[in-house]
Amino acid sequence: MKYKDYYEILGVKRDASADNIKKAYRKLAHQYHPDVSKDPKGEEKFKEVAEAYETLKDAEKRAAYDQLGLHQPGEEFRPPPDWGPQHGTGDANFSFQDIDLEDLLAGLTGGRHRAGRGGAAMQFPGQDYEVTAHVSLEDAFRGTEVELSLSVAEPDAQGQVRRVPRTFKVRIPKGATDGQRLRLAGKGGKGINGGRDGDLYLNIALHPHPLFRVSGHDLFLDLPLAPWEAVLGAEVEIPTLAGPVKLKVPPHTRAGRQLRLGGRGLPRAQGGEGALYAIAQIVVPTASNERELALYRQLAEISTFNPRGHFQQEVSHGH
Amino acid sequence: MATRPDENVWLIEEQEFSIGELAQLSGLSESEVRELVDYGAITPVRHDAPQWIFKGDCLVTVRAAGRLRASFELEPHALALVIALLDRVRSLEAELGGMRARMPR
Repeated sequence: MKYKDYYEILGVKRDASADNIKKAYRKLAHQYHPDVSKDPKGEEKFKEVAEAYETLKDAEKRAAYDQLGLHQPGEEFRPPPDWGPQHGTGDANFSFQDIDLEDLLAGLTGGRHRAGRGGAAMQFPGQDYEVTAHVSLEDAFRGTEVELSLSVAEPDAQGQVRRVPRTFKVRIPKGATDGQRLRLAGKGGKGINGGRDGDLYLNIALHPHPLFRVSGHDLFLDLPLAPWEAVLGAEVEIPTLAGPVKLKVPPHTRAGRQLRLGGRGLPRAQGGEGALYAIAQIVVPTASNERELALYRQLAEISTFNPRGHFQQEVSHGH
Repeated sequence: MATRPDENVWLIEEQEFSIGELAQLSGLSESEVRELVDYGAITPVRHDAPQWIFKGDCLVTVRAAGRLRASFELEPHALALVIALLDRVRSLEAELGGMRARMPR
């Protein structure tokens, strides 16, 4: 069993008062709670903080924890010989392998009787698992299968909770988009004494795509156009998730104009698809040859177009 | 229950849950879920119906409420306030994300 320094995790002294422990926990919970924090490592940090507080807020558990002695965080250790009988592990041959400190201490206030070792057969629902599945936009478009590995706490035959690796294969139906959630009823932890099984919740997170930006089920693509394509109009080939398509750019397309291609976005679970918007961008060549420059000069001479005409108008209105 | 046990479902508006199901799946009591409705943090499909029915996204909200209540020991009114503010943050973030997607790079 690996040692965790709960006092260090909460940033308090070993003789800290219950009030100070609570204050330290609350401050860290504000910072890292996954429902509040934007820190990508917030959830992981919050789990540590919550685990530390769960033990240190309870006088009985704190005393039991203190009796384990002081070790280096991550150091393999066994509780002292007199610790087990006093706190209920009982059997001197009890194996502490694969036991998490959190689960051992949770057992002090009902974890083991919950798991069925004696006591009233109270029903408890299984644990819900919540994981984030990172998928590519292409996979979200087609639907995919992901394999998720979790370390979950499960009671063994003796009722002691141990960490076991579990792998889930989950089919993600097409129509997934960023931030959507999938619920797999009954795929969480097993219920205890006939309690209902927990659920598996999957949060979908799309990998950023080099070309497409996603908003709901709509996709946005920058469409670079040469100045003459924007003025004269053009038929251009653009990529979509289903393969390239031809897009007609109307004459006099200004920069920023959104050209909509219905049905070329992400499919929706309830039917239909989002749209793909190609956003026109007028791109100027970085170098031009003499003949091109001559044509530009000729255009500059004959054109009456003044792109800053409204400056003068706005300034005279302002006064 | 609106879903079959082995069926994976999107928590989208088409999914519906009763108040009992929301309580069971969030760890809150039915009266705590009712208080979230009373304080306006979640809204049933039809407020005047004899049995309240909630859209799937309410499950996401009440599960967050269950976690926040457990982690911060919030009383119902403060919990409803936090949930309402978090929902506002989420909808503003979604709006911001949509605007960013529309901005040419």
